[in-house]
Order: sequence, then C-alpha cells, then structure tokens
Amino acid sequence: MDWLQILSNTASSIIGPATIGYALAAIGLAVHFGFAGLLNMGIAAYMAIGAYSYAISILTFGLPWWAGILVAMGGSVVFSLILGIPTLRLRGDYLAIVTIAAAEIVRLLFLTTTFDKYTGSADGLSGYHSSFRDANPIPPGTYGFGPWTYNETGWWVRIVGLVILALAVLIVYVSMRSPWGRVLRGIREDEDAVRALGKNVFSYKLQALVLGGVFGSLGGVVYAMPSNVNPGVYGTSLTFFVWTALLLGGAATVFGPLLGALIYWGVMTLLSNILPALVTSGILPFMSTTQAQTLRFILVGVSLMLLVIYRPQGILGNKKELTFVK
Amino acid sequence: MSSDVAPRQRVKSTGLHIGDAVPGVAKVDPILIADSVTRSFGGLKAVDVEHLEIPRNAITALIGPNGAGKTTLFNLLTGFDKPDHGTWTFEGRSLAGVPAFKVAQRGQVRTFQLTKSLGLLTVLENMKLGAKGQRGENFWAGLFPHVWRKQEDAFEVKAIELLTRFKLDTKKDDFAASLSGGQRKLLEMARALMSDPTLVMLDEPMAGVNPALTQSLLEHILDLKDQGMTVLFVEHDMHMVRHIADWVVVMAEGRVVAEGPPHVVMKDPAVVDAYLGAHQDVDLGVVTGRYAGELTGEASELASEIQGLDHSPDPAGKEQTT
Ligand SMILES: Nc1ncnc2c1ncn2[C@@H]1O[C@H](COP(=O)(O)OP(=O)(O)OP(=O)(O)O)[C@@H](O)[C@H]1O
Ligand SMILES: [Mg+2]
Repeated sequence: MDWLQILSNTASSIIGPATIGYALAAIGLAVHFGFAGLLNMGIAAYMAIGAYSYAISILTFGLPWWAGILVAMGGSVVFSLILGIPTLRLRGDYLAIVTIAAAEIVRLLFLTTTFDKYTGSADGLSGYHSSFRDANPIPPGTYGFGPWTYNETGWWVRIVGLVILALAVLIVYVSMRSPWGRVLRGIREDEDAVRALGKNVFSYKLQALVLGGVFGSLGGVVYAMPSNVNPGVYGTSLTFFVWTALLLGGAATVFGPLLGALIYWGVMTLLSNILPALVTSGILPFMSTTQAQTLRFILVGVSLMLLVIYRPQGILGNKKELTFVK
Repeated sequence: MSSDVAPRQRVKSTGLHIGDAVPGVAKVDPILIADSVTRSFGGLKAVDVEHLEIPRNAITALIGPNGAGKTTLFNLLTGFDKPDHGTWTFEGRSLAGVPAFKVAQRGQVRTFQLTKSLGLLTVLENMKLGAKGQRGENFWAGLFPHVWRKQEDAFEVKAIELLTRFKLDTKKDDFAASLSGGQRKLLEMARALMSDPTLVMLDEPMAGVNPALTQSLLEHILDLKDQGMTVLFVEHDMHMVRHIADWVVVMAEGRVVAEGPPHVVMKDPAVVDAYLGAHQDVDLGVVTGRYAGELTGEASELASEIQGLDHSPDPAGKEQTT
C-alpha cells in the first residue's frame, strides 16, 4: 500500500471544491435546522438548483460565470418561496416530508428528457468552464506545496469557493448574534411564545429558509464549478451526506458545518483509498474493490446513527443547546 | 419601584360599570369588548360568551372551574385560536381575524398557563426578545451591529431592572431551562412587560410561585395598574383575587355566569355553587380533626359528610387489589 499517496490524497481533499461545496450546503442546513428549527430534508434540491442554474445560465443563455452564480442564488430564493409559503404554517415534521418530496420532484425535473435541450437529462451538463477560466487572474503554472499543489484553474476554483464560504460564515456568524438571530432561536424552541411577543413567526421562518437555501445553492455551484453537473449526484443520499457533515460538526454552531464537511471528505477520501488497497493486498479477502467502495457509504450511515444517538450536539456543539433531544 | 417599601394601602377602582352588575354589563370605559364569541371542540361548547367588556386601567379577574373555558377565551382574544364566530375590539379597533403577533404588537400581551419560557435562550435573551420595535430584528439591519447596539443596550438596562423586580437578576446569564417552574412563570411575566403593553393578560400567574414572592408579585401587578396598564388574569387562588381584583368575571361551561366587584361576586349563590363551594371559609384541618379548632355549624356539616365518605368504600375492593 502506498500510504504516502493515500495521506496526500486525504490532505488534498481538505480544500477540495467538494469539501467547500458540502461546507456551504451544511451551513445552509445549519441556518435551517440548527438555528431556525426547520427540518429541511431536501438540501440536495437546493444544491441541484444551484448547479443547474449556474450551468444553464452559461450554456443556454450565454451569461458570464458570475451572473450564473447570481441566477443560482435567485433560483434558490424562488424555490424557498414555493416551498415555504404553503408549508411553513404547518408544524415541523410536515416540512420534512414536503421537502423530501420537493427534492425528488426537482431531481426528476432535471432528469426528464422533456427539457433535454437545457438540462441534458441523464447526461447532465458539462463544458461551461470557459467564462470562469477566462476570468482567472492567476498566470498558468502549478503552485503550492506537498499535497496542496494545483494548477492555476485548481487554485482559482478553490479561491472563489473559499471566498464564498468565508462570506457565508461571516453572515451566519453576525446574523445569529443579532436580534434577528435571537428571534430565530426563539422560534426554534417555541413558536407560540415568540408569536405572543409580537414577532411575525412565519416571515422569520421564510427568511431563514431563503437564507439557508441561498447557501445550499451556492454549495451546489461550487461543487459543480470545476467539473460537470451529473444528475445522479443530487439524490436523497446527498441530503443525508450533508446532514452527516452538519451533525458531525454541530448543528447549532457556525463553524461546525465547516469542520463536519472537512472531516466527512477527509474520511471519505481516506476510506476510498484505503479500502480498495486493503482488498487488493488481501487483507479483506471477502470483498471486491467495488464492494469496498460501497462499504464507505454503509459506514457513513452507521456513523450518522451513532452520532445522533451519542453526540447529537456534534463536535463543536453545546450539550445544553442540542435541538432535537428535548 | 423598590419592593422594600412597605405596601401602600391601595384603593380599589370602583364605579366601573353602568347599571346592574349582571353578566355582560356595560363598562364606563371598556378597553376590550367581545360580542357573541363562540368556540366548540367537537360537540363541546368550550366558549360561548354573549357580551363581555373589560374595564380600562383596572384589574379584572377571570375565575371559574377547571374546564370553564378561561384559557380558550384567552386564546381566542389573543388570536391564538379562531372562534366559530364572534367579534371583539381592543381600544375600539376590531381584533377578529387579526393574527396573534399583531395582537401583541397592538399592546395586548399575554402569558400562558403552561409556561413558555425559551429554555435554550438565556434569561436575559428571553427578556430582550420581549422588547418591541427592535431595529436589529430586521435581517439586513441585524448584519450591522452599530445600527442596533445602542437600542440593545437600552433594552438590557430595562430588562435588568425588570429582572431585579422579579428577583431573577442573579440568573440573567443562565439558560432559562435551568430555572425552576415558578421562576419560569416569573420570567414569562417579566418578558411580557418588556413590550410596555396596554393590556396584560395573565393565565394563572401565581400557580407555583411561593407565598413570599406572591406577595411582592401582587404589588407588581398593582403597580402595573398605577402605571396605567389594564390587567386581566385567570387565577384559582381566591385570596389573590379578593386582594387585588377590582372586578371579577365568573365563567362556567363556557358562559359568563356572573360579574361584579369581588366582595359581591364571591357571595353570589350561583358562583358559590358552580365554583367556590359552600365551604370556602372552613379550615379543612379542623374538619378532618388534624388541628384543634372551633367547628362552626357549616364545618360540622362538612365533617359529617366526610365521615360518610370514609365509610363508603367497599371493603371487599381492597382485598381484590392484593
Ligand atoms: N384543543 C382542544 N381540543 C379539544 N378540547 C379542548 C381543547 N382546548 C380546550 N378544550 C376543552 O375546552 C374546555 C375549556 O378548556 P379551557 O382550557 O379553556 O379551561 P380553563 O377554564 O382554562 O380550565 P383550567 O382552570 O383548568 O385551566 C375543556 O372542557 C377542554 O376539555
Ligand atoms: Mg386554563
């Protein structure tokens, strides 16, 4: 086994676009669930809307890359309004059901051949990079050291991703310490109490849904930015991966989603390198390399269960502030 | 405002009503007027109030047996529940169909019988949440602390002043979840006062509050009146009702069955029958023989009734349970 290569791949994943994308989506989910108590089980739909809006704006409408990002944000706002206006008046669990259903609808709409011209249906979308790469101020070449050596495109994606991530963290950090965030945290616990104090609970919940949704959509953009949009990615399992990352770090924290996404991708990369290596070197004789890849996801499922049972507040969370054990 | 000051003798507000004190009597200066408000749950008519007026700047007690519909009426008047039909106005403006948060914004603020302190917020955060017209509660303004910092500081001063009054100031940085049941009641009441309401509606504010604190709380409620507020409260503690209420409304089975000044209403035979019971002034300890005391005629009557109860259980029943 080439341990050096395995560790290098793992270290490299720390600032990979996938990690940044997950971190953004997890921050969105933290706004929804951690701070406002909205049980959103459709974060994958937000990421899909982000990725597709970005790609379609560029490919079909010939917009520049930054306009694609704005369209992605706008798309998520529209989706939040469609989702939220009829459902946010209902109690928490109903939102979970509706968001799962809505996420499936969104995925199938992107997958159907009816809109093949725009969405590429099962093939997804690719080849939308030129505008983004043209805007790259970094001269061609490779930079960095050790595992973090990338070419100019690799760095450009990571820099843009990290800037968006930093802005998202800043916004969540500041807003959750403001009176606005205080109202949200009140709503998370008891809507009626907050209503009795004269706050428009529905409006606040909708605002939280929109804010978190924008981050989820930006997560989708960053995730798809360097590669392609693949409809297979945005299934229900993506939602659970983001949930795992969120719960790992701490749902009601600002930096938890970051840490969670980082650990999630670190461990995933590590396992995807180690497990096949173990199989080929005969240490896991009872499985094939493909099965070893599937084993990763089984381990994710198990760790999600263990987390919720034994450490629901996550790594960074405050035991007193855990939100789904009362 | 200090509670160390010896209790002042207060005069009860009188002359609140026009004409005979019958259910639905008109008030000289009503702040809240309800007309034919009804609410049924299945076949049960929980509230069926034909006409009710709450006098301004007075303390009105709403009493009645368990299940009389007091809490349901509170819910209806504050927009937390929708009536089958009915209209009501607050300070002359209709409140029917107005959502709960707008009712609160208009100055009609309530507390809940089942306390709703927000356990995962600190006591101080709970208090600040109660304040009205906060600039920082707008998302965009919230992102710029210098916009709301000053206002926030002012709220903090006010919150600590109120917390001191309610003896919670030492707890201000604790999570509200760590408070005792009685302390949560106090916090909820203090929080409601953060918004400078015109009408304060308290659902059993004294349930679970210790006697010494009840005393000072009664003073605070009387203070509210001095400050120009109107208080409507539900309470089962008749001493409290007698002590501070200027007006008493009695509900039973959803209807207003009597209203009037406390000393009159409490002697109303209908009220005694439906709610207070005939033996309200009898010391139960004396009746059951635990304390020595003079058995009045009324008490000995009750005592013999209880004796009858003691002998009635079927002795065979006991054996069956073993
Ligand atoms: N949500 C509900 N669904 C069905 N029935 C209800 C509901 N809320 C109240 N009721 C019924 O309405 C009646 C009035 O209840 P309410 O809570 O108003 O009584 P209350 O006067 O506040 O009593 P208490 O003094 O015990 O607090 C009761 O018979 C109760 O069973
Ligand atoms: Mg009640």
